[in-house]
Amino acid sequence: MEEVDVEPSTTLIPSAGFHRKHLGFEWGPGDLLVYETNYKLQGSPFVHIVRRDEDICSPILRKLFNESHLIFVGLQKIKEDIPSKNKKSQFVSISKNYRSVIRACMEELQQNAGKRSHDTHHVSILLAIELIWNLCEVLFIDTAPAGSLLLHLLDWVRLHKSDVDARAREVLQSDSPAQHQSYWDVVISLVLQGRTDEARQVLSKQASLREESSSVFKSMDGLLQTMPIFNPTGTQTLTEFEVKWRHWHEECDRCLQENTFASNRHLETICKILVGDEDTLLEQKELLSTWYHFLVTRLLFTHPTIKPPDLHYYAQSSMNMFLGPRASPEPLDIILLSAFEFDLHQVIKDCSIALNNWWFVAHLTDLLDHCKLLQSHNLHFGSNLREFLVLEYASGLFTHHSLWQLAVDYFDHCPEFGRVYLELQIERVPLDTERKAIKVLRICEDRQMSEQVRSICKIMAKRALRNNRLGSALSWSIRAKDAAFATLISERFLQDYSNKGSFTDLDLLDNLGPAMLLSDRLTFLGKYREFHRLYGEKRFSEAARLLLSLMTAKIAPRSLWMTLLTDALPLLEQKEVIFSVDQTYELMSCLEELNSGTKDSNLTDQDEDIESTKTELLRLALARNLTMAIVKEGTIET
Amino acid sequence: MFVAKSIAADHKDLIHDVSYDFHGRRMATCSSDQSVKVWDKGDDGEWRCTASWKTHSGSVWRVTWAHPEFGQVLASCSFDRTAAVWEEIVGESNDKQRGQSHWIKRTTLVDSRTSVTDVKFAPKHMGLMLTTCSADGVVRIYEAPDVMNLSQWSLQHEISCKLSCSCISWNPSSSRAHPPMIAVGRDDSNVTYSGKVQIYEYNENTRKYAKAETLMTVTDPVHDITFAPNLGRSFHVLAIATKDVRIFKLVPLRRESANSSGPTKFEVQVMAQFDSHNSQVWRVSWNITSTLLASSGDDGCVRLWKANYMDNWKCTGILRGDGSPVNGSGHAAPLSAVGVPGAAQMLVGATSAGRYFFPHLDSPRAGSRLAHLLPPPSLIEHMYEPDPSHAPQISHRHTASEHD
Repeated sequence: MEEVDVEPSTTLIPSAGFHRKHLGFEWGPGDLLVYETNYKLQGSPFVHIVRRDEDICSPILRKLFNESHLIFVGLQKIKEDIPSKNKKSQFVSISKNYRSVIRACMEELQQNAGKRSHDTHHVSILLAIELIWNLCEVLFIDTAPAGSLLLHLLDWVRLHKSDVDARAREVLQSDSPAQHQSYWDVVISLVLQGRTDEARQVLSKQASLREESSSVFKSMDGLLQTMPIFNPTGTQTLTEFEVKWRHWHEECDRCLQENTFASNRHLETICKILVGDEDTLLEQKELLSTWYHFLVTRLLFTHPTIKPPDLHYYAQSSMNMFLGPRASPEPLDIILLSAFEFDLHQVIKDCSIALNNWWFVAHLTDLLDHCKLLQSHNLHFGSNLREFLVLEYASGLFTHHSLWQLAVDYFDHCPEFGRVYLELQIERVPLDTERKAIKVLRICEDRQMSEQVRSICKIMAKRALRNNRLGSALSWSIRAKDAAFATLISERFLQDYSNKGSFTDLDLLDNLGPAMLLSDRLTFLGKYREFHRLYGEKRFSEAARLLLSLMTAKIAPRSLWMTLLTDALPLLEQKEVIFSVDQTYELMSCLEELNSGTKDSNLTDQDEDIESTKTELLRLALARNLTMAIVKEGTIET
Repeated sequence: MFVAKSIAADHKDLIHDVSYDFHGRRMATCSSDQSVKVWDKGDDGEWRCTASWKTHSGSVWRVTWAHPEFGQVLASCSFDRTAAVWEEIVGESNDKQRGQSHWIKRTTLVDSRTSVTDVKFAPKHMGLMLTTCSADGVVRIYEAPDVMNLSQWSLQHEISCKLSCSCISWNPSSSRAHPPMIAVGRDDSNVTYSGKVQIYEYNENTRKYAKAETLMTVTDPVHDITFAPNLGRSFHVLAIATKDVRIFKLVPLRRESANSSGPTKFEVQVMAQFDSHNSQVWRVSWNITSTLLASSGDDGCVRLWKANYMDNWKCTGILRGDGSPVNGSGHAAPLSAVGVPGAAQMLVGATSAGRYFFPHLDSPRAGSRLAHLLPPPSLIEHMYEPDPSHAPQISHRHTASEHD
């Protein structure tokens, strides 16, 4: 494909670069920060936020994005194995769905158009988009054969030149339609669009008024009535139609030769149109308003059985005839012309340049790709073009604070780079709230993006810890499977406990389950809390067993043994014996092991006093318990 | 493209660098006024300065954010020969009410004996590591072994690049097939050491960084360098700001079993080269998915470059000052009524690539390789221990600036 050099667009930064020197920049989320770094600084420097995609922000286009997303996802689900004949009708209906979304969006914008000039701009873009899309649908997706092709083109022109209907209504609803100044414009416009029945209806208004010339009107009525229209569903063959049409054409020609309509110049004009007289057609420029209307009308009255490959010749010549030799075609003209030439890639390329809107090219190209049209045209980069455009569109969506969720599905359907793009984009989604974080997390989890999952959890854990929300920090670090961080938070929990004497976030601690195995300290925290729960529920012997095992199995850190032993005190002081003889011995050995260790030299004298008092108390309690246990155990045995 | 908003940065001197945080909700600015400012984007989409403090005793060249996994952490580097690490702490309640946050200095890295020209955090999969480079040609890699204690940083590696270093970039690839890799750009004008870009790679066996490649074709001073996100490819893409913009492709060559302990060898290809700035280029940076490269140069323009699906690169946009004089600070109101959505999501991948933009009024000449290290005249008084060898260049600078 030929690369056309397009001048890059220039964006001016207000009040910057007085000396035309030095802008610094930084990439941002869908925008670019630009700042002056001019040395000859006057006043305070500015940082400018330059946005790239303005359409993303429009609340009405948002509807377009949302609804087309559903169509896109539906299209991706069309199975490969359906016979291609059935697929074609599916693709046409999908194409129509896309267009109806554009239309709905356009109508909504039109209602607001008076209020904001911004919307008027959008309306004109959407109009162009719909026009191009519709033509592509006719030419590429529906691929109508000769005969039907012209019927589709007529529908296309009628849809996009709909002011005829409004004017017709206006004329017919007036007091005396035949006298209305737009009367003949309406009749001719209808004829130009091949709407002969409607033209006849309007003509009948005039005929009934002019008794004297009724025969002339009757002749015209006859010509219009007998104009053959190809019926693709009927039994008639194309050749039969052509014979019939040629016969009708000769009839029109004869009327002209015989000056049948010489008495009425309007009817004469209509007759000339019917025979396809190019000069007469060109005289109707204002009513036709565009070269492609001219093209379709010209074909209707000269080559109604036009074949697709011949289109481009008529398109080119119609454009030249209509615009004149000196006028330079607009981008839209070039795009339509490329379409008539069946140059798909040129259409897509010119659209992406002219429209500055990835929505259109991405969706159209995706649809055309599903129709297997891109490969046949230009072999080796067909699927890449589709993916390239879909990636661009989806990346744009990611700059929006809620539309990014749509982009996920688009990335999912880009086999080559979709996943890595999603990975790069999704980790940048601001995790403003826990809810949003969970939303992002779920998307990553569904796609087994383990690194992103870990990172998000870690960020959330870190943030929760900063804000002293220990429970949340712990649950996030468990989700992140971050053992080191879980250890750190567990320690903070224990610290809190030794300061306050109670645990926070009981719900979480009581329901750790197997998650507590993530780190030793977390296991201890969970088990220690379990001890407190058992104790609270007065399940003393279970509590005692657990407490002891925490020390003997070395789950509890040595620094906490004294706390644990102190926790044992009330159990030792109970009336009934809770610790057995063996257990008491074990407790004693724990206490001795603790005391035999190196003493913390940092302890003040006062602290040391407290420690030694505690030890004494424990020893006493242990000894008492031992006595009772021996007695009890002995009693039971005998 | 359009200017959605302009913010009066309220720095008392020129800005050297602006850096977005990972999620694009905060930004940090640094300036010759020796301060760093942090800006937060409110729910209403407006940016507010939430902290501003003096960070260094010289111009602050660059400021950069650590990955949020490590908390709210900034690093800055300065002409004062140091780099510093800052952490935001959850402030007193009255601080919050005033919308201010509190940043404290966790460490000052004082190993450099000259201006520290760039500072970058390593990719997060390597842990919390910080890299600096300095005008004396040394790249230093520090590590915080305990991510909960940012006051302890140990100098892990010192790579001597001999001549003045201006910029560094880590290869962001976390693939196991790619050992840690760092690219260093030099801005000396010494012609005998011609390759101004060197690639260093970590060697598992020696536990050292070793030079893997020198881009010999880059012979002019380099001011910025940046790896593109890897996108799961086997090769690496590196953009360079020198007298033009260049994009290199580094394709690792298959290792021969005999010298498998040596550094990777690369096949170096030029993917694109743009001279549209037609002058010195100061900065290059990729967007998040590396579909766009931005560059800025002495022509006063920021240019955007984009590859199409056939890998043809083209300029797709230009940003340029409109040339109107600055009219005071009353200009901070949004310039466009277009609603900018409250939350902006993706921050673009490449980390800050700020460069000192103060007067490079003429291209550095042979023998004046430290010329660019001089602060603007307004800062000369802050310069301490002036090196006598700098003195002639100071006057040279002044003379030059009078011609401008």
